[in-house]
Amino acid sequence: MRYAIPIAVLAGLLVLFMVGLQRDPRLVPSPLVSKPAPAFDLPTLDGTPPRMRTADLRGAPVLVNFFASWCAGCQDEHPYLMELARSGRVRLVGVDYKDAADDVHAWLGRHGNPYASVLADADGRTGIDWGVYGVPETFVLDAAGTIVYKQIGPMTQQAFEHNIMPLIGNRESGNGNRGGQP
Amino acid sequence: MIPEFGHFALILALAVALLQASLPLIGWRRRDARLLGFATSAAHGQFVCVAVAYGCLTYAFVTKDFSVAYVAQNDHSLLPLIYRISAVWGAHEGSLLLWVTILAGWTLAVSIFNRRLPADMSALVLSALGAVSVGFYLFILLTSNPFTRLVPVPEEGRDLNPILQDPGLAIHPPMLYMGYVGFSVAFAFAIAALITGRLDAAWARWTRPWTTTAWMFLTMGITLGSWWAYKELGWGGWWFWDPVENASFMPWLAGTALIHSLAVTEKRGLLKGWTVLLAILAFSLSLLGTFLVRSGVLVSVHAFATDPSRGEFILGFMAVVVGGALGLYAWRAPRLATSAELKLFSREGLLLFNNVFLLAAAGGVLLGTLYPLVLDALGLGKLSVGPPYFNAVFLPLIVPLLLLVGLAAVVPWKRGEAAPAWRRLRIPAAAAVVAAVLLPLATYGRLPAFAVAGSLLAAWTVFAAVQDVWKRVRSKPSLAAGIAGVPRAVWGMTLAHVGLGVWALGVSYVVSFGAEKDVRLAPNAGADLGGYTFTFRDEKETQGPNYLAQRGTVTVERGGSLVTTLYPEKRQFPSQGTVMTQSSIDAGLMRDLYVSLGEGYEDGSWSLRVYVKPMVRLIWGGGVLMFLGGGLAASDRRYRLARAAERSAAQASEAALA
Amino acid sequence: MPSARFAVRFLLCAALLVPTFHIAAQVESAKPPIVLDAQQEARYRALLPELRCLVCQNESLADSQASLAADLRYEIRGLYAKGASDEDVKKFLTDRYGEFVLYRPSLSARTALLWAGPFLLALAGLAMVLALVRRARRSAAPPPVPDAEALRKILDEAK
Repeated sequence: MRYAIPIAVLAGLLVLFMVGLQRDPRLVPSPLVSKPAPAFDLPTLDGTPPRMRTADLRGAPVLVNFFASWCAGCQDEHPYLMELARSGRVRLVGVDYKDAADDVHAWLGRHGNPYASVLADADGRTGIDWGVYGVPETFVLDAAGTIVYKQIGPMTQQAFEHNIMPLIGNRESGNGNRGGQP
Repeated sequence: MIPEFGHFALILALAVALLQASLPLIGWRRRDARLLGFATSAAHGQFVCVAVAYGCLTYAFVTKDFSVAYVAQNDHSLLPLIYRISAVWGAHEGSLLLWVTILAGWTLAVSIFNRRLPADMSALVLSALGAVSVGFYLFILLTSNPFTRLVPVPEEGRDLNPILQDPGLAIHPPMLYMGYVGFSVAFAFAIAALITGRLDAAWARWTRPWTTTAWMFLTMGITLGSWWAYKELGWGGWWFWDPVENASFMPWLAGTALIHSLAVTEKRGLLKGWTVLLAILAFSLSLLGTFLVRSGVLVSVHAFATDPSRGEFILGFMAVVVGGALGLYAWRAPRLATSAELKLFSREGLLLFNNVFLLAAAGGVLLGTLYPLVLDALGLGKLSVGPPYFNAVFLPLIVPLLLLVGLAAVVPWKRGEAAPAWRRLRIPAAAAVVAAVLLPLATYGRLPAFAVAGSLLAAWTVFAAVQDVWKRVRSKPSLAAGIAGVPRAVWGMTLAHVGLGVWALGVSYVVSFGAEKDVRLAPNAGADLGGYTFTFRDEKETQGPNYLAQRGTVTVERGGSLVTTLYPEKRQFPSQGTVMTQSSIDAGLMRDLYVSLGEGYEDGSWSLRVYVKPMVRLIWGGGVLMFLGGGLAASDRRYRLARAAERSAAQASEAALA
Repeated sequence: MPSARFAVRFLLCAALLVPTFHIAAQVESAKPPIVLDAQQEARYRALLPELRCLVCQNESLADSQASLAADLRYEIRGLYAKGASDEDVKKFLTDRYGEFVLYRPSLSARTALLWAGPFLLALAGLAMVLALVRRARRSAAPPPVPDAEALRKILDEAK
């Protein structure tokens, strides 16, 4: 019997690795999910209103998207964010992470501005409070200001439809099925 | 044309390996000497094929044939020739080709040196090696072909990863693979033993030199990797417990345990099942390392481009090879068990303890490496297991090992007694205690507990090992006769154990007396560290063969007199758009002075990281001693004599088959 | 497949290669340095290697050149300057990034096996050695017959 122990251990390891292959070890789930959004107080890019606080995010679901003009992944997700903004399905707030104002103005001018508001986190201090470790990252807040989901890496249609809509969609439209929209 | 030729040679090698794996097995079933004999020819043929394939890829690199995708990704027209040759194994596909080439080389060596073995044993060993080769050829041809063409052909290659452009790293992978792959020979011997049921002292004697040789290369490979990480990564560390390091360390621990248990099996005919299991384990851990590094299941410093299909292939391959071997073990090993006299206080008893601690250490490394994966797979969240864990677990398990080393050297086989062992060891023990206090006091005037404990264990290991040889030498009438009379295997063992002690001393000194500092210095400003004054002089741009460097000049003074001038660099490689720090080191037996360049600021100041690393060279010196010890032990004339003696046995069994 | 570009960023820093467009240096130099007393400095130095950088995930916060690592080092110095304990600093980080940032996993139900495992393994091994020795003693003075394997070999050769 004890001669079969090694092969049993091997079988266990193989199963473990099979599961492991399906996962990305670099993704770090946020401990902030299902907690109230961390406090912040940041200047807006266009100055109207001059500053925004956590409380200003409440009232309706909102996507808080940390981005930067120097980040390649942000360019990847940008067309989809533009599409989301045009569809008006959800409010988008951008946090410009460790960036220069001139750079981000030029960048948004070139690629379009999908955000209802853009906040400037010039020194990355708010990013730390939100546990951001690599832009782009997107936090999904419900109407009460609780973080319900975090997307690490570029936002995609796949992630939005499958992971995010079920969390925020029902409150907005009653039936999450909007597949036929252009 | 040449790359297609290489690809074809690789396919041919696969075909030959298939025959090498299957025909001898059929021959063994049918007792057909011709089929058994085919194994040797196949081994030769396979080596020729894969050597041709390897030559073709090297040719493509040297001639900068960017129409080959793998060459285009890892070669550059400005890359120096030496790195164009080493770039062959600079990434996944080519390093696998190097792996199978080395495997074919070991197979060739086995087919040459094993002529004296019984025909069935030799053929089955080659058959098992052939089966392993088949798996790797399929892996390369199906998922990682280095000969794939690229259309359109790029103007310029993307260059070898700059961090690999270093002589240490150029020879590190071949050495490491010699070790990893070398354990496949012990593995094949284990398979042959399980199939034939021939598992005795003779089997252990055949397996020992192969295992020791593989172990010695693995030791050197790990040592080189550590040395490279120290000087190239710019962090001043010599071991990071990164998954890729752990992947090489686990087979090393298992292989070290195997060397010792093989000794027990050869001398006493004991622990047969255990030894066979260890032989399977050492190679399985090598395969596991390959899987961990190339599948992307763990976060590692190694940037092999990962691809799930490769991970799945290695997983399947492991299931077949390791699963097959362990299945065979579960089926056949119960019959191999023997019971014989075994005393706790005897050489073999102490070697058993050696095995326990080595394997517990390997188990700890495995557990720590895989634990994040286990928790993630069970949905229990993510965590990190890093150096603090490994140090906390590894040290308590390695200390008893160091104590045992000295003791086991003087305790005889079968039964030992405490009194004579103590008589022989009291002088080394007393000397070790004295050294433990004097050494740190004399060098640094302080007695930190870690330095005292480290010096004690190191001195104990060295003195006890030397005492053993000294006693053997003294028993002969003259010194010359005495030295000549000590078998090479004993010299090798002694050297390896001294190496272990030297390593321990280096570790304890670096940990206890090492100093480091992050400083930001304006030109001609200085910082004091460990009795030295590091002064940043200036920074200039220089041009390397394929990079542009910012080169700092740092003078180091002690007591007002200049010790050395260091030139740390920050190199920009335009081909990859990356910057790399190149530390500058003044190496010495007693201490290294180490400077690496951080960021430059607009006011002309630079951030620098400076280190004083006492006796850090001993860490790699210990590795080199172990390497040399392994070489001496593997070349002991006992193994050559044994072969001559076995010739008659081999002829007899061939006659029986015919 | 998570975004390929995202992965590329990790790989770059994985080999201590810093992207050339790095802007951290200027930002960093603009901050006033935080001075710690000797004891705070010592605790800061001791803790830093035990914290994992989230950007360059195979490096500690002490070694990483990522700009986030520099920011976090600055934050941590600030915390120590305000009199924070090591536990406070760890909590600051785990609240934001989870247990992933700790290279030394804290002892809990889910890490009990991790911490105890190697020593349990050693104990089990020692127990097995003792059992083996005891079994050998019980069967001391083994019968002077060849073992089964040798017997079979003799029979094989006789065939």
